[in-house]
Amino acid sequence: MALGLITMNVSFLKYRKIYFIFSGILILASIACLFVFGLNPGIDFTGGSILEIEYKIERPSNQAMNSSLSDFDLGEIHLQPTGERGVILRMRNISEETHQEIIQKLGEKDEIEELRFESIGPVIGQELKEKTKIVVLLSILTIVLYIAFAFRKLSWPAKSWQYGIASLIALFHDVLIPLGIFSVLGKFYGVQITIPVIVALLTVLGYSINNTVVVFDRIRENLLKKAGDYQEIVDKSLNQTLTRSISTSLTTLFVLISIFILGGETLKYFSLALILGIIIGTYSSLFLVSPLLVSWLRWRKKI
Amino acid sequence: MSKRRTYIIIGIIFILAFFAGNLVYPQLLKLPYFPEIPFKLGLDLQGGTHLVYEADLSSVEGEDYNSSMQGLRDVIERRVNLFGVQEPIVQTQETIGHYRLIVELAGIKNPAEAIEMIGLTPYLEFKEQRLEEETQKILDKQKEVEGKTFEEIQEIENWQLALEDPYFISTRLTGKYLKKAEISLDQTTFKSLVLLQFNDEGAEIFKELTSRNIGKPLPIYIDDLPISFPTVQETISGGKAQITGSFTIDEAKTLARNLNAGALPVPIILISQQSVGPTLGLISLEKSLKAGILGFLVVILFMILFYRLPGLLASLALGIYAALVLSLFKLIPITLTLAGVGGFILSIGMAVDANVLIFSRMREELKQGKDFAQAIEDGFNRAWSSIKDGNLTTLLVAVILFSFGTSFIKGFALTLSIGILISMFSAIFITKNFLKFFVRTKLEKIKWLWV
Repeated sequence: MALGLITMNVSFLKYRKIYFIFSGILILASIACLFVFGLNPGIDFTGGSILEIEYKIERPSNQAMNSSLSDFDLGEIHLQPTGERGVILRMRNISEETHQEIIQKLGEKDEIEELRFESIGPVIGQELKEKTKIVVLLSILTIVLYIAFAFRKLSWPAKSWQYGIASLIALFHDVLIPLGIFSVLGKFYGVQITIPVIVALLTVLGYSINNTVVVFDRIRENLLKKAGDYQEIVDKSLNQTLTRSISTSLTTLFVLISIFILGGETLKYFSLALILGIIIGTYSSLFLVSPLLVSWLRWRKKI
Repeated sequence: MSKRRTYIIIGIIFILAFFAGNLVYPQLLKLPYFPEIPFKLGLDLQGGTHLVYEADLSSVEGEDYNSSMQGLRDVIERRVNLFGVQEPIVQTQETIGHYRLIVELAGIKNPAEAIEMIGLTPYLEFKEQRLEEETQKILDKQKEVEGKTFEEIQEIENWQLALEDPYFISTRLTGKYLKKAEISLDQTTFKSLVLLQFNDEGAEIFKELTSRNIGKPLPIYIDDLPISFPTVQETISGGKAQITGSFTIDEAKTLARNLNAGALPVPIILISQQSVGPTLGLISLEKSLKAGILGFLVVILFMILFYRLPGLLASLALGIYAALVLSLFKLIPITLTLAGVGGFILSIGMAVDANVLIFSRMREELKQGKDFAQAIEDGFNRAWSSIKDGNLTTLLVAVILFSFGTSFIKGFALTLSIGILISMFSAIFITKNFLKFFVRTKLEKIKWLWV
């Protein structure tokens, strides 16, 4: 018997309070982490420099590099060894002259190859911050409006805007929890929030909504068939879409894990943010959005 | 629908796939007459530098901002062209009161040199001889201050005068009025010379200067250093001048270049730099290709194990999908960055989704006892609304990202959008017709292949 033939019968709604508490704890923990640790913004947002070099023969110790750079006024320097002979230096925004002097200084004892250099002024960082806020808000707004529009023909028992609100709550959930995890990673492993991470989280929004839409779509279809009361219909719809949600998320995760492992430095945290977001988004589209809708209607005594 | 139509469509799909495949990877079959179009790689994959300059427009009137920026762009473009970089990009950009210039040099070996060259803001000016009494005054003053300490000097009346150049004085003619400088050969002596072309205003000033300096030198200074001492032969109108002398061709070239550089209308400051060496670019490209191929193989394995024959068909469709998207990247052409590759790899995952949705639905219909052809039709129709809504929301996010983004975001949003559009096409056109191919065949009856 093929896997897909197993008729899924998970009671999504029966234990919904447990899911709400679970998600609630995760959200609170994330908010707490964000408050306590904050985020560790990359130079895209704060301004600063990254210099990646590779030594021809042997990488000197961090101490040796630090002391050879002590003549420069570079503020706090983060040294991160990469590969066998490489190192990534992160420091404040420096001028081209300083950059050249540093290269010269580091290459005094052993020949070095400069792999990458980025220097971003604080003005650009600030602008990018503002821009990012607008993009995030606009994306969320568009998604919610689209849901309300796509399900506009649904009026009983939940109105189409209620589907929109339920998905909005899930969207916050899907973005807050990865952000919380990134704040912990930032505090203890120096992982930074860079533009790629933000893009990944925005893509998670689209992706998790994709899952939610498939469920809503099923609810709409089953409502037209009048296959039981609302709660039964929602439960049935979730079970019918369960296999699909899991296999879709799995295939995407396979690809992402492969990028995470093989894809190199730039795409590493980009794919990590997507992996976290997709796991959480898949969870929320199954266990959070529709159960929220049912609880909401019950509370308003509509069903 | 007749079976014949399905065959024709499948035929067309395979022909299309054949062409796309050869376009993407021409090295395999080496078909004669087949165009070899390379992928257009972004700076992070082929190495290169991305520079953002802020223009200081404080000395320019508000209405002249745009023309100043255009002028700036032209000058920088001219300087950048000297590096022989393929398709350098020089763009102006205005963001809330900031006027910026973006320079992208792909594949450049030594970005430091380019930055130095671009960043030069030499001040070009023409000077004329001072009147004799002025020269004398300055020389006297200089004698007066000789051998004295700075404190003592400050007590002398008009001590600043001693700092001036005793022989020459600045004129109104500066690099601002120079349109261009180019090298040429004297028709009779065959010596190199440099031709100067002023704009209209500059031509007027030049005419006036030459008319009152006939027989006298009119030296050209860059950053207060004399680079040429031409002597005026006659009044020159029309704004064209030539500098003759005993230069070699190289010296003439350098002079012309310096003059062009000196025509920079406003000062600029480098505010952001992103440089990637060619080694790292290549490594990133290899790594992301490996990641893509591995991800693709795992997805195919999963699809076949989980969905049997439809999974195999979907994998074939996915292969065609990848060939189509990649050949579109070549044809449009899309500049592929690391983010773009990420977007494409992600879109493979999303392309699978459409197939998964369709197969899940088809299984359900088959389980309800519908016949094969009907199950395909119904499965597709039911799955379509989910595919459409789901992909449209992701597409909307991608469009928002594109319209606001920096180049990283744009690369990602663009390839993701193309991927989503082609994946919808692939699901309804390729996968569906592949499935229909099996209607009324023996395979149709073998249930375990399908459910």
